[in-house]
Amino acid sequence: MKTFPIGGVHPSENKLSSAKPIEVLPLPEVVNIPLGQHIGAPAVAKVAKGDKVLTGQLIAEAGSFMSANIHSPISGTVTAVGPVVNAQGLRQPMITIQREGDEWVEGIDRSTTLVKECKLEAKDIIAKIKDAGIVGMGGATFPTHVKLSVPPGKKAEVLIINGVECEPYLTSDHRTMLERGEELVVGVTILMKAIGVDKAVIGIENNKPDAIENLRKIASAYTGIEVMPLMVKYPQGGEKQLIAAVTGRQVPPPPALPIDVGAVVCNASTTVAVYEAVQKNKPLIERVVTVTGKKVKNPRNLLTRMGTPISTLLEAAGGLPEDAGKVINGGPMMGRAMVNLDSPVTKGCSGITVMCGSDAERKMPSQCIKCGKCVNACPMGLEPYWLAKMSQKKKWDEIEGEMITSCIECGCCQSSCPAYLPLLDWVRLGKQTVMGRIRARMATQKK
Amino acid sequence: MEVLLYTILTLCALGVLAAVILYFVAQKFRVEEDPRIDEVEKMLPGANCGGCGFAGCRGMADALVKNDDISSLFCPVGGGDCMKAVANYLGKAAAEKEPQVATVRCGGTCEKRPRTNKFDGAKSCAVASALYVGETGCSFGCLGFGDCEAACSFDAIHINPQTGLPEVDGDKCTACGACVSACPKNIIELRKKFPKNRAVYVGCVSKDKGAAVMKSCKAGCIGCGKCVKACPFGAITLVDNVAYIDSTKCKLCRKCVNECPTGAIKLIGMDPLPKAPKAPAVKPAAPVKPAETVAPKVAEVAAAAPKAAEKPAEAKSQSETAQAVEK
Amino acid sequence: MANKLIIAPAPHVQTEQSTSCIMRDVLIALLPALAVSTWVFGVDVLFVTAVSVISCVLFEFLIQKFFVKGPLSVNNLSAAVTGLLLAFNLPSSIPWWIVVIGAFVAIAIAKMTFGGLGKNPFNPALVGRVFLLLAYPVQMTSFPAVEGCDALSGATMLAAVKQGVVGVDSLGVGDLLLGTMPGSMGEVSALALLLGFVYLLFRRVITWHVPVTVLGTMALFAFVVALTNGGGALLWELPLFHILAGGAMLGAIFMATDYSSSPMTIRGGVIFAVGIGVITMLIRLWGAYPEGMSFAILIMNSCVPLINKYVKPKRFGVK
Repeated sequence: MKTFPIGGVHPSENKLSSAKPIEVLPLPEVVNIPLGQHIGAPAVAKVAKGDKVLTGQLIAEAGSFMSANIHSPISGTVTAVGPVVNAQGLRQPMITIQREGDEWVEGIDRSTTLVKECKLEAKDIIAKIKDAGIVGMGGATFPTHVKLSVPPGKKAEVLIINGVECEPYLTSDHRTMLERGEELVVGVTILMKAIGVDKAVIGIENNKPDAIENLRKIASAYTGIEVMPLMVKYPQGGEKQLIAAVTGRQVPPPPALPIDVGAVVCNASTTVAVYEAVQKNKPLIERVVTVTGKKVKNPRNLLTRMGTPISTLLEAAGGLPEDAGKVINGGPMMGRAMVNLDSPVTKGCSGITVMCGSDAERKMPSQCIKCGKCVNACPMGLEPYWLAKMSQKKKWDEIEGEMITSCIECGCCQSSCPAYLPLLDWVRLGKQTVMGRIRARMATQKK
Repeated sequence: MEVLLYTILTLCALGVLAAVILYFVAQKFRVEEDPRIDEVEKMLPGANCGGCGFAGCRGMADALVKNDDISSLFCPVGGGDCMKAVANYLGKAAAEKEPQVATVRCGGTCEKRPRTNKFDGAKSCAVASALYVGETGCSFGCLGFGDCEAACSFDAIHINPQTGLPEVDGDKCTACGACVSACPKNIIELRKKFPKNRAVYVGCVSKDKGAAVMKSCKAGCIGCGKCVKACPFGAITLVDNVAYIDSTKCKLCRKCVNECPTGAIKLIGMDPLPKAPKAPAVKPAAPVKPAETVAPKVAEVAAAAPKAAEKPAEAKSQSETAQAVEK
Repeated sequence: MANKLIIAPAPHVQTEQSTSCIMRDVLIALLPALAVSTWVFGVDVLFVTAVSVISCVLFEFLIQKFFVKGPLSVNNLSAAVTGLLLAFNLPSSIPWWIVVIGAFVAIAIAKMTFGGLGKNPFNPALVGRVFLLLAYPVQMTSFPAVEGCDALSGATMLAAVKQGVVGVDSLGVGDLLLGTMPGSMGEVSALALLLGFVYLLFRRVITWHVPVTVLGTMALFAFVVALTNGGGALLWELPLFHILAGGAMLGAIFMATDYSSSPMTIRGGVIFAVGIGVITMLIRLWGAYPEGMSFAILIMNSCVPLINKYVKPKRFGVK
């Protein structure tokens, strides 16, 4: 069975909610919509305080090519456009909407009938995806239309659908692949058309045999779509790792992109969103969020409108457990711990993981014993112990030479460290600093 | 005997050969250097702190000797006297700069600014600030993990475990600026150094509006602007909801200190002025800002007023402790 | 929400395999060899081991308590591992005070002066052993005779073969595996050590690369030597003899894989291991000492910083 070539770890899977079907969360009364919930420039608000909006109406427009539209997830009145405290406790511009009923914009097909045929041309498909404000829903929130716009001189050869979901606890992609397989596969055909390839591979880790079987059955009716089971190993869902697992090709270090090896990767849930945008005119206003945790009473997968407060989701899962210590936006390997539980669900929020008791706290760090486990675990072939040490000493040139910008922040190093050192904390700081220095250097070169 | 002779001869021959090689190598790679660089380096403090912008004192000395115009070069550690001595030696004009001291512009002690969460990552301000707001609700204030302390090569800044804030030892601080660049929140500023380490400054850099400041910190500047009006020297400006005292214009008259409703203006090394009659203190604030934003703020200021009444005693105790430290 | 939320950067999971857990596994892996040794040499083994372990732990505790700043880390069991390994490198008949001196050299000089666990460039137990070998050569090389192995009265197989007293085929493979022959306490039974190796692999404490490469290099070296010496039965006897006799197994499995004194990367580890194999064989065949494992590992330990600097792991996406 295939997998990526270097490093990787096996964290406990803890997929507590994998047997729970997707349920629809009741509509929220108030939503907060951040203008920046994707990589790139924040969107520009198109509504003002007091405006009436309908569900699916455009409320903020992409700020540049590398940005995404944002639509209203509910119908009601805009009560504020301004800074609101986000999950990290920082003030961020958001649009606040008070709900009044649920009235949709005309032209959105809300029926469940499957529309297989798509007669649009590639550029129209991409335009529709751009209009719908679709971004990568696996967590990276990279605008999908940018990914699909293959730059001149490059050629896409294969479309890879990321159904790996290697992050522990999370099951939203898994349930989507099980329950919305038909739509997903139609979405795959649309994406294939958009980037002009005749081959697509849906990569799924072998711990989801039901999803593999389901998609295999559906995909057998189409040509060029292969479902590929992959060995269970974290971080297989990382874009570069998945490409290497499926095609055997390794994306060169930054600034190279997946397209340089002829691959375009799209997350499974994003593919369903693409189907809805192109075939049903439905913008990205809701997503499946897994609410989970060992002590959460009722771990579930909830179809949630964007902007719903995370506290509402926690209530729906049986409330925050007594000794809850950490609430994570995402999974435990790459998710971000939250300060403010009233912050909203965004496009990249695939799950809420609650860690309790001693699980929530880091263990006491001790001295590095030079075991080399971080080096062996790093899927990018870096030396985290060294990068962390040099980053702590602010030797930026040294770590740039050691390819710190290749780091994908997967957390394999830190999670495998027997001395419990905060390796990735330092490596991430070093990476951010080095990237800043590179950008500054390029800016001066341009002048 | 013969063995001994051969050994000695061989070793001597080797020695001579090595000496010849070394001589030629030294000739070939000889670097001509201005002997004044050594002299200037001796005159510099030799702390190698990098405060001048060079990697070490040698680099600075090199630049001082080679550049004709040295007015842009300044050693913050040696200060004006040192620069004057160097300039005299080189026959150039020295940069004149008043002595400065690092000042921590945050008053959010553990008591005034409650911790709302617990940071469990690498104990570094840079790491925490890249991740989130910090352990308190204030996104501008001191994070308290001591990056400044780690950056200081003069043992002049330390986190006080009681307050959770760094404190500068004015006598040890050389104003090299290492802590200023180490602080990710840009809280530390180099300000004019007054005799006996006296100082008046705004201990807050929060650009949040008054209501938000009040919510997260009881010692923050709410941008009411009363100090601006009180200052007879025009040293105080109010930009982005936060007051700033220009230390080059400030005469340490302390009038602003009593005006501040939250105690955000810090007074170090001096006793506060006797408190003026309290009653009219609240209302004159209103015209400072556009009516719309001020309206809620006045109410808050009024609410804070009883607390403000307790301030002088506290400020005094603070200044006393500062003096105690001095002694 | 009664408690404050805890905030930390990702990842939010950590391995269960802590430093002390790893050290405990190494101790467990050494137990079979200890058992066999006790069976072969008697209860003296337990006495020497106890002295060694206790003095190592005590020295580390005292040094941490009075000389080194920072939290006590003696409970991570690494001193106990050093003590056990040091004991395994000594003859069971050694006086107790020599053991204490060895423990002092191992912990105080080879480990704590460099900053403790993770910072020592040389394997502490081996530094202790080599010091004792040079300081007390008589006590260190007189081994008690073993019942049923009369051919070698108080000399190790390697020494006996080197002096030409016996041939490499004088002991059967069964004896070499089981360890019924004179030698240092822990090195005699290849089978018990292999059992420990399997346990360490199973617990993911070490990877197979270093031990297998050390032994493979030695076997290959011996094979080539046998080939130039005429071949025949020697072709398999000599390699087998060299990897089973002496401290080859103990060194390859437990000493060369010591974390802090071995390279960080697998590639580096393989280079390191080949070096150990070659140097061991050179000393065994042409050197003054019958056994070269300790020296080989210490010599290669000194190359580790260089290996770490120049041997990088295979970077993703770089040809």
